[in-house]
Amino acid sequence: MASKAAARATGERYLAAFRAAGAVEIAPDILQPADALLDLYGEDIRARAYVTADPLRGEIMLRPDFTVPVVQEHMANGAEPARYCYLGEVFRKQDHRGASRVSEYNQVGYEVFDRADPEAADAEVFALIAGALAPLGLNATIGDIGILSAAVEGLDTIPERKAALARHIWRPQRFHKLMARYAGLVSAPETRAAVLAGGRADAPWIGMRAPAEMEERIARLTRDAEAAPIATADVARLDALFALRCPAIEAPARLRALDLPAIKAATERLERRLSALDKRGVDLSALTFDASHGRTTMEYYDGFVFTLSAADPALPPVASGGRYDALTRVLGQGREIPAVGGVIRPGLVADLEGLA
Amino acid sequence: MTIKLGVPSKGRLMEKTFEWFAERGITLRRTGSEREYAGAVDGAEGVELVLLSAGEIPRELAAGRIHMGVTGSDLVRDKLADWETQVAELAPMGFGHADLIIAVPTCWADVDTLEDLDAAAHAFRAAHGFRLRIATKYHRLVREFLTREGVADYQLVDSQGATEGTVKNLTAEAIADITSSGETLRANHLKILSDGLIHQSQATLFAARAADWQGQEAALAALATQLGVAPPKL
Repeated sequence: MASKAAARATGERYLAAFRAAGAVEIAPDILQPADALLDLYGEDIRARAYVTADPLRGEIMLRPDFTVPVVQEHMANGAEPARYCYLGEVFRKQDHRGASRVSEYNQVGYEVFDRADPEAADAEVFALIAGALAPLGLNATIGDIGILSAAVEGLDTIPERKAALARHIWRPQRFHKLMARYAGLVSAPETRAAVLAGGRADAPWIGMRAPAEMEERIARLTRDAEAAPIATADVARLDALFALRCPAIEAPARLRALDLPAIKAATERLERRLSALDKRGVDLSALTFDASHGRTTMEYYDGFVFTLSAADPALPPVASGGRYDALTRVLGQGREIPAVGGVIRPGLVADLEGLA
Repeated sequence: MTIKLGVPSKGRLMEKTFEWFAERGITLRRTGSEREYAGAVDGAEGVELVLLSAGEIPRELAAGRIHMGVTGSDLVRDKLADWETQVAELAPMGFGHADLIIAVPTCWADVDTLEDLDAAAHAFRAAHGFRLRIATKYHRLVREFLTREGVADYQLVDSQGATEGTVKNLTAEAIADITSSGETLRANHLKILSDGLIHQSQATLFAARAADWQGQEAALAALATQLGVAPPKL
């Protein structure tokens, strides 16, 4: 494995390239307040981040990634449009052994906050990072969570079901269980009928969740029970969308062939993005489009997503990134701005260069 | 050099462990005064008895300070990351049964499954401004289970004892704890989710991969034969 000094030197090289592309370098603190991160990511981050205590600031975390502090800094002080770059360590607990499972490593990143032309900004970030890594011959995969959200939003069913499915796009297991239930393929638990008929437990009320909250949910369950099942043909179309994996250049035509009117606008955005990538010299036939890309690892990405990986499947991605408009909304306290960015792991680059 | 065998130092778990070994021709016993944690082994060559708190046995196995140990399968899975790389499971011993489960207030008529819990957690977070709290001391097992099952909008809060009381005391909305008969749950107005079984635990004999087995191969093979278990690949 490359030394830290080699990783750092490699990172400096990319940082210089990002600066040359017009980014301002920022250096977020390593010690981050834990509450914002915990509220955003919940237990997933607690399992992966080092949490410690500060006598005055309370619970703090060793920076598990740069995105949140970069967004916070932009929301607090940034002028628009803005381009930022950074280089520094991130810290992640590892629950499994393995040479590539290191608990501290460098990331060098590039983030764009720009309202003008989101697809052009997506292409700018990808082309810059992929271009910098071109000599390594990595496999590039792109996806678009926005297409999946649009497909869910377009389902012919009640809004509550759409909201529940949209919330679980990043948890495929739960998503597909819910889908099976809404399509009538799996019946509701036996106890449900009694509850809908007015049955209540003969037990004292305890805890902070109020009886009104329960009644509200039972009303939702009643609406759900009265709603028609989602047509199995629609489920099949959605499954076909999730399974779509093809050369990026073919993706728009393949998406249109799925006969999902709801994803028309999102597919057009993908086309604009692909043409912006083409203009920047990215070879679209060497790029893989995977509709489910980003569903399992990256909850805050809600649009374009990408990774660049070495041939060895045991290695984590060398670079990854995507669009996170919703995150700026959550952290912006009422304000929001379209944002897209990506990071390179210079330590992995140094390893791969060492092998070459 | 001897094979160090870690055994719970008191209570039913110790007695049942002694019985289990006795049935296989090995007598384990405490020696010295009633308060002294010292023991002796008859019927097996080169085995030394180490009496420990059951809760500390996973850690001692991981560190390789004992070669073998008896403890709950729940404790090993919860306390040791990637546990199979640290210990080998030699034999489930057929006692010390307990289920690690998720329980919610019985009064929640609308919550019977993990799907319900997830939906309730989402609404709870929107209404109260924080994630639904699940009190437990089994953080790793519970988190892995809920991640695998795709439950969101919850948080784990640590509870090292009297966990069943946390809901009434308003420090949690649900719990994840071990239960054998379910009586304590019922007494505290809690019910188990129908698909909320996380792990069925029992006392289990483990071997430590990190222990020094140099020169112990013959003794281990003889012990394994005597206990009727397959010799572990360590």
